[in-house]
Amino acid sequence: MPLRAPVQTVTFGQKGLHLLWLHVPSKRLCPLEPSFLRYHLNINSTPSAGTLSPSPLPPFTACQVSGVVFFPLRFDPSIPYTYLTSSQIFPSALWMPCVHSCLRSYLATPFHFLSVGDHAPQSAVPADTAAAPEAGPVLRPLYMDVQATTPLDPRVLDAMLPYLINYYGNPHSRTHAYGWESEAAMERARQQVASLIGADPREIIFTSGATESNNIAIKGVARFYRLRKKHLITTQTEHKCVLDSCRSLEAEGFQVTYLPVQKSGIIDLKELEAAIQPDTSLVSVMTVNNEIGVKQPIAEIGRICSSRKVYFHTDAAQAVGKIPLDVNDMKIDLMSISGHKIYGPKGVGAIYIRRRPRVRVEALQSGGGQERGMRSGTVPTPLVVGLGAACEVAQQEMEYDHKRISKLSERLIQNIMKSLPDVVMNGDPEHHYPGCINLSFAYVEGESLLMALKDVALSSGSACTSASLEPSYVLRAIGTDEDLAHSSIRFGIGRFTTEEEVDYTVEKCIQHVKRLREMSPLWEMVQDGIDLKSIKWTQH
Amino acid sequence: MAASSRAQVLDLYRAMLRESKRFSAYNYRTYAVRRIRDAFRENKNVKDPVEIQTLVNKAKRDLGIIRRQA
Repeated sequence: MPLRAPVQTVTFGQKGLHLLWLHVPSKRLCPLEPSFLRYHLNINSTPSAGTLSPSPLPPFTACQVSGVVFFPLRFDPSIPYTYLTSSQIFPSALWMPCVHSCLRSYLATPFHFLSVGDHAPQSAVPADTAAAPEAGPVLRPLYMDVQATTPLDPRVLDAMLPYLINYYGNPHSRTHAYGWESEAAMERARQQVASLIGADPREIIFTSGATESNNIAIKGVARFYRLRKKHLITTQTEHKCVLDSCRSLEAEGFQVTYLPVQKSGIIDLKELEAAIQPDTSLVSVMTVNNEIGVKQPIAEIGRICSSRKVYFHTDAAQAVGKIPLDVNDMKIDLMSISGHKIYGPKGVGAIYIRRRPRVRVEALQSGGGQERGMRSGTVPTPLVVGLGAACEVAQQEMEYDHKRISKLSERLIQNIMKSLPDVVMNGDPEHHYPGCINLSFAYVEGESLLMALKDVALSSGSACTSASLEPSYVLRAIGTDEDLAHSSIRFGIGRFTTEEEVDYTVEKCIQHVKRLREMSPLWEMVQDGIDLKSIKWTQH
Repeated sequence: MAASSRAQVLDLYRAMLRESKRFSAYNYRTYAVRRIRDAFRENKNVKDPVEIQTLVNKAKRDLGIIRRQA
C-alpha cells in the first residue's frame, strides 16, 4: 500500500537532522518492523532499490497513536537514501508533540564532562568499536601530546566539583563558614602537594602555573640579592619562561650564563662548577625537558650548589608526580610545579620555596599579602583542590604509571626503529623520561608528517614555540643537524594512553614516513649511495 | 567482617567494572577498566584483614567517583 513519507530537515544548533516520517495508514502495522521500514525507505548501501539490506537502521521513535514514525537521520551524502516523498501536509497538532519528544530524546545526551555533544565520541582506534559505526559520532584524533597538557583525571574532577558548586567561599574570609571550609580545603591541598615532593606545607605557595612560579623564582631571588649577587646560571634547553625571565634580568643589569648541553642533552657538571662565581645567586636547571624528555642529574647539581652556597631552582613541571622527587635528598631550594601536566586543572601551579635555610624572594605581585606575602591574590580554591588531588593521585599511581609508560615507550621506539631506517632519537636514551619521545625521521619534513598523521594529535616541539617556523632551540642546543631538527616529532605517552593507540600511531607513522620518503628526491639519492653532504648545490 | 568477605569483594569488582564501562571518553573508559583489573589482581594475596578493609573502603570511594563521573 502506498506510504506517504515527507522528508523535512530540521536544524538544531549545529546538528542537521533529517526528520523522516512515515504515516502508516493502518494501525495493524504497529509495532513497526525494522525490515518493513527498511524496505519501504530503501535504505541501502547499494543503489538498487527495494532490497532488504543488512545495513543498520538508525534509531527511530514511533508514535503509536497516530502511526507516525520519526526517523532522526543525520544526513550523510555518501549513503544513498531514497525516500518516498509526498507533499501532503499533516495537521501539525498531531505530529508536533511527537517531533518534540523525538528531538528531546535524541538530543538529550547526559552531560558528560568530556562529551562533545555527540553520542559516545570514540577515538580513531577501530579495535574499540563493538558494532558497525553509527551514522553520527565524530571521531577525534588520538591524544599523544601529553607534554603540552594532560586530560583531567576523573578523581581530580570529582574532588574539584564541590568547590565549584557549593563550597564557593573565599578562603581568606575569616569570619564565616564559607571561608573556613575553603581555607581548610586549601590547606589540605597544600599538604597533598607538599607530601608529593617531601616538603613542609608552609613551603608551598600556590600560583597560576609553572610560568608564574618560574618568574617568581628567578626574578624574585635575583632581585632580592641584587646588591651583592649579580650572576645567574641556567641552561640553553630551559623552558621559554625561564630564558625570557633571564633575558629581562639582563636588561636590569644582571649577568646570565647559559650553559651549553652535551649531545645527549645533559649538562656537563664540570662546566657548571667552573661557571659558578662568588657573586652567583641562582642556578636554574629543569628536571625533565619538555621537548626531548632528558632527565638532568638533579641530585648532583643540588650537591654542587649547596656546597658552593648557591640557590638551586628546578623547573619540575614535567617531572613532578612522574619520577620520585625529594627536595631534601636532592638539595633543591626552589621548585616549580604545574597543575595541568599532572592530570590536574589548567591555570594553577605551585612553587616550593625552602624555609630551612630560608630562601628570600622578592614578591612580584603586590596585594593583600596572601600566600605569605609572596603571591598576593585570592587563592582559587577549586583549582588548588584539583592540584592537591592530582598530586595525591600521582603519588599513589607513580609506580604503576611509570612501569606502564616505560613498556609502551619501549614498544613504540622498538617498532618504529625496526621498520624504518634512519630514525634518530633525540636525547640521552639512558637518562630519559620514557613518556616523552622525540624522534627525527631523516629525509622527511616534520610538518608534512604531522599533517599526514591527522588522526593523531602530535607536535614537533613545545607548544609555546609551535607557532614559529624555526626549528626548536632545544634541538639546536643538542647539536642536531638543521635538516634533522626540521623533521622531529615528539610522541607523548601518559597515564591514559592505551596499547592500541600506540600501535595505531606506530603503524600510521611507518606508513606515512615510507610514503613521504618515496616522494623525496633526497631519499632517492641516498638509496643510490650518494653522500648528501658531498653535493654541491648550485645557485641559479 | 562481612564487608571484606570474598563475595563482597567480587561484587565490588563487578560493580566497578560495570560502572567504568559507562564512561563516554575512550581513554577514561579503558584506563578505568585496566586499572581496576590490575589493582584487584595485585592485591589478591593480601591476608591482613585491616589492610583488606582499607583497600575495600578505598575501592568503595572510587566506585562512588566513577558513578558520579561516568
